[in-house]
Amino acid sequence: MSIGRPPVIELRQVSKIYGEGQAQVSALRGIDLVISRGDFVAVMGPSGSGKSTCMNILGCLDSPTSGSYRFDGVEVGNLSRDQRARLRRNYLGFVFQGFNLLGRSTALENVELPLVYRGLPAAERHRRAGEALARVGLEDRARHRPNELSGGQQQRVAIARAIVTHPEVLLADEPTGNLDSEKGREILELLTLLNREQGLTIVIVTHDTTIAKWTKRAVRFLDGRIVTGDPEREVA
Amino acid sequence: MLWSMVRLALLAIRRNVLRSSLTVLGIVIGVAAVITMTTIGAGATAKISADIAALGTNLLLVRPGQGQGPGGARSDSAPLKIADAEAMQREVPGIAGVAPTSQKQVQAIAASRNWSTTATGSTASFLLVRNWNLARGRSFTESEERAGNSVCIVGKTVKRELFARADPVGTRMRLGKLSCLVIGVLEAKGESSFGQDQDDLVLVPLRWLQRTLTGNSDVGAIFVSARDGVSTSKVQTDLENLLRERRHSAGGEDDFSIRDMKEIATALTATTRIMTSLLGAVAAVSLLVGGIGIMNIMLVSVTERTREIGIRLAIGALEHEVLTQFLVEAVVLSSVGGVVGIGIGLAAAVAGTHAIGAPFVFQPGIVVLAFVFSAAVGVIFGFFPARQAARLDPIEALRHE
Repeated sequence: MSIGRPPVIELRQVSKIYGEGQAQVSALRGIDLVISRGDFVAVMGPSGSGKSTCMNILGCLDSPTSGSYRFDGVEVGNLSRDQRARLRRNYLGFVFQGFNLLGRSTALENVELPLVYRGLPAAERHRRAGEALARVGLEDRARHRPNELSGGQQQRVAIARAIVTHPEVLLADEPTGNLDSEKGREILELLTLLNREQGLTIVIVTHDTTIAKWTKRAVRFLDGRIVTGDPEREVA
Repeated sequence: MLWSMVRLALLAIRRNVLRSSLTVLGIVIGVAAVITMTTIGAGATAKISADIAALGTNLLLVRPGQGQGPGGARSDSAPLKIADAEAMQREVPGIAGVAPTSQKQVQAIAASRNWSTTATGSTASFLLVRNWNLARGRSFTESEERAGNSVCIVGKTVKRELFARADPVGTRMRLGKLSCLVIGVLEAKGESSFGQDQDDLVLVPLRWLQRTLTGNSDVGAIFVSARDGVSTSKVQTDLENLLRERRHSAGGEDDFSIRDMKEIATALTATTRIMTSLLGAVAAVSLLVGGIGIMNIMLVSVTERTREIGIRLAIGALEHEVLTQFLVEAVVLSSVGGVVGIGIGLAAAVAGTHAIGAPFVFQPGIVVLAFVFSAAVGVIFGFFPARQAARLDPIEALRHE
C-alpha cells in the first residue's frame, strides 16, 4: 500500500441484512475488501452469493447494515444522501447488466447526462460526451436512440456514460451478461484498455469464470463471504 | 443549475409526446368544459334578466275572462272597452301609464313586397308602458289617437322585410286594403323569453284598428304600468276593485284576470338558476373526469419514471434536482393545458352564447378556479409519485418493474 494516500476502496466487516424477523436474509456476512488505484478486480460467485449486494454497497447505491466502508479514506456511512450522490457523481461510474440507458434520449444525450448534473456548460458537455463516445468507438452513433443500437453498442454507450466524468472507479455489474460471447469479448477488451491506458480502477461483478482471465485478480464470493482471492493484495 | 433542471424537464416533455399531450388534454377538457358551461349559463341568466327588464317588471296585464287556458279568454265574459282603460288612468293611484291594446293579423304591403304581421292597436302610452323606444320618427299625437288617423309605427322586423335599408318614415304602406302613413320605427327588442319575435308588428292607433280592421270597440288587453316605487300588488288590488265595480261582478266570480309580470319574471329566474346549476354540475363532472384522466396517465407512467429516476440517482443526481425536474414538468404541462383550456373554453362560450342569443359574460373567478383545480391535479399526481421514487435508495428505484 502506498504511503500517504489511503486505498480507494476499503471494506471492513461489512454486513448486509435484508428483511426483518423470520424473513431475514444475510446477504453479506462480514466482508473485508481493499481495492487500490489502478486495480482490475473480478468479483465472482454464484447468484445469491452476495456479490451484487457488495457491488451496490461499493457504488453507494445501497447502505451496509453494519461495518465500515471507506472511499478514499472517507467513511461513507457518515455521509448524507446528497453527499453520497455527490460521491457517485464525482468519483464513480456505473455499468449495469441491463444497460439502464434513458430509452427516449440519444446516445449522446445519455452520455451527457452525468455532466448535466455536474453543471457543465452545454458546449463542454458535447465535447466531452463526443470524446467518450469516440473512446468506445461509437462516434458515428451519437444521434441514435438505444433501441436503434445493438446490445453491445448499448453497453458501450453505458461505458461511455460511466467514463465521461473521468471517475476514480468504474463499477460494472455483469456487463457482459446480456451479450453474446463475441460482443462480451469486445466489452472486456475495452475495459482492459481503459484500465491499462488510463489507470482506471475497475471492479467487475460476474458469475462468468472466463472473465477472470482478463482481470488482474479475482475475488470469489460464497454465501455472503469471500472464500478465495487475496482481499488485500497490493497492485503491482 | 435550476436552468439545467428546467431544460431537462422540457426535454422530457418533448421526448414523450403522447404522455405529455394526454396530460395536457385532460386539463384542457376539464378547464374548457367548466368555462364553457358556466359562461353559457351566466349568459342565459343575463339574457333572461335583460328580457324581463325590457318587459317591465312593474307591468300588469288585464284581460277579459278567467282562466287563460289554451282557448284564451272565455267567450261569454264581456270584453274590455277603451272606457275601462280611461277609468283606470283616472281612478287608480300610482299608475304610470295605461295602454289598451287590440291585435289583428294583417298582410302588410309596401312597394312590391308583402309580409304577414300583427297590427297592434294602442295608444302612445304603449311605448311608455312597454318600456320601448323609437329608433326613428315620432309617436302618435293625442289628436291622431282620438280621431283614429291612419298612421302607423313599424317594428324592426316589418321594416326589414318591407323596406330593407330604406327609411320608411313619411312613406305610405298598406295594411290589407287600407293605406296608412308610416310615422316611426320602433327599436329592436329581439325575441321574448318565450321565443316570439317581438319586433314583428305594426303599431296603429287603437280607434283606427277598431274602426277599420276589427269592426268593433273591444279591447283585447290593457297593459298597466305602476310608477317606480309603487307596489304592483297594491295597484292590482285597486284595479280588481275598479273592474268589479264597473262590471258589476262584486261578490261573484271575476270575469277578468290581472297578471303581474313580476310573477312570470320570478318563475323564469328560478328556472334559469336551475339550468345554471345543472350546467355547473355537468362541468364539475367534466373537471373531475379530466382530473382522473391526468391522474391515470401520471400514475401509469410511474413505473417507467421510477427506473428513470433510479438511473438519474445512480449517475449522481441529487434528490432535489430530480424533484425540481419533475415539478417543472408537471407545472409546464398543467399550465399549457390550463391556458389552452381557457382559450378553447372562452371560444366555445362565445360561440355558445352567440348561438342562443345571450350576452357573453366573462367570469374571471370561474376561469381561475378551473385553472387552479386542473393545475393542482396535474402537479400533485405528477410530482408526488416522483417524490416517492426519488426518496428510494437508487438501487430500489432501478430494480422497479
